Amino acid sequence: MTGAQFLFYALGLATVMGGLGVVLSRNVVHSALALLLSLIAVAGIYVLLYAEFLALVQVLIYGGAIVILLLFVLMLTRSGESPLVLDNPQKPVALVVSLLFMAIAIVSFFLTRWKLAQAPRGVDFSVLGGSLFQDWVLPFEVASLVLLVALMGAIIIARESPQ
Amino acid sequence: MPGEYAINYTAVLVAAGLGGGLVAFLFIISYLLAPHHYSEEKAISYECGMLPMGRFWSQIHVRYYIFAILFMIFDVETVFLYPWAVTFVSLGPAAFFEMVIFILVLLFGLAYAWKKGALAWR
Amino acid sequence: MIPLEHFLTLSGILFSLGLFGVLARRNAVLILMSIELMLNAVNINLVAFSAYLVSTEFVGQVFALFVIVVAAAEVGLALSIIIAIYRSRATSNVDEVDLMKW
Repeated sequence: MTGAQFLFYALGLATVMGGLGVVLSRNVVHSALALLLSLIAVAGIYVLLYAEFLALVQVLIYGGAIVILLLFVLMLTRSGESPLVLDNPQKPVALVVSLLFMAIAIVSFFLTRWKLAQAPRGVDFSVLGGSLFQDWVLPFEVASLVLLVALMGAIIIARESPQ
Repeated sequence: MPGEYAINYTAVLVAAGLGGGLVAFLFIISYLLAPHHYSEEKAISYECGMLPMGRFWSQIHVRYYIFAILFMIFDVETVFLYPWAVTFVSLGPAAFFEMVIFILVLLFGLAYAWKKGALAWR
Repeated sequence: MIPLEHFLTLSGILFSLGLFGVLARRNAVLILMSIELMLNAVNINLVAFSAYLVSTEFVGQVFALFVIVVAAAEVGLALSIIIAIYRSRATSNVDEVDLMKW
């Protein structure tokens, strides 16, 4: 087993453990921290896939902003009910459905004939940037509008009415 | 995996391993060395003074959330600035004005937040 | 070299975990976290395709970047809605917000 393979399985294990923590934990804050573990491990997976820029984005946006936001809202919306019930009654059905989905997905991944390239390869950072600002201008500008709408919507919805 | 790429990230790996190892080491040391006797009184929020009332989880105010949203939006903007900073000289004026439009749209959002009074710390 | 199928399997497992979380949790913030897991699974898929397959160039990476950006906007809006619901109903459990349910 080479170093890259060992790293992949270690990071994959961390990702899945984090995901399990998110869906099974009895404490909402523990769930958020498990989500952080999972997201950082996914950043490592991106590095193994030669997507360095995406690894940076993953750490900056997910690790730096989204998890913080989730933690803030967990603090804002504490629930007074006790005992705290985090799961709904359709848990067994959910288990069956998700296991079934996982089986179908994995079997189909292994049955498909992929048109593989010679070797896995990445892309130079400047090439990616050039493509982003030449071929993908419209999505890029639309992204700014999406962010603008998110910002305005958040301010309108979340702010308490001034009285 | 190409040699140089792997070597670059070995440094990251070593730093992550050292950091994580140090944290684990400190926790283990403190677990082994410190005496621990748990009691009811130690679990309350303040060990000295009056008994706390209500729940231990104090609720934060929603204005923190507005600032967190602003932070996230401009965090995303920063992410786009990185590839732009590397390439905008070679791409010519078009790329420059694309980014100006992008930033102006987001600055409009900031101005809106300001106008709405979301930035005021009341 | 790690086979492409192993990356895809990881993403399949992660997506199923997210699906389980969405279906089984009742706290809206936890459901949102599970959705983030699913989005990440999809992103692993896209990036793996962009690294391994013939003729995709790096479109997968650009697409994953936009997925992350939209996910950020989505989290911001969804959490605002959760805060607004919490303010009017004093709960963040999705099964208690059933005023419009038949």
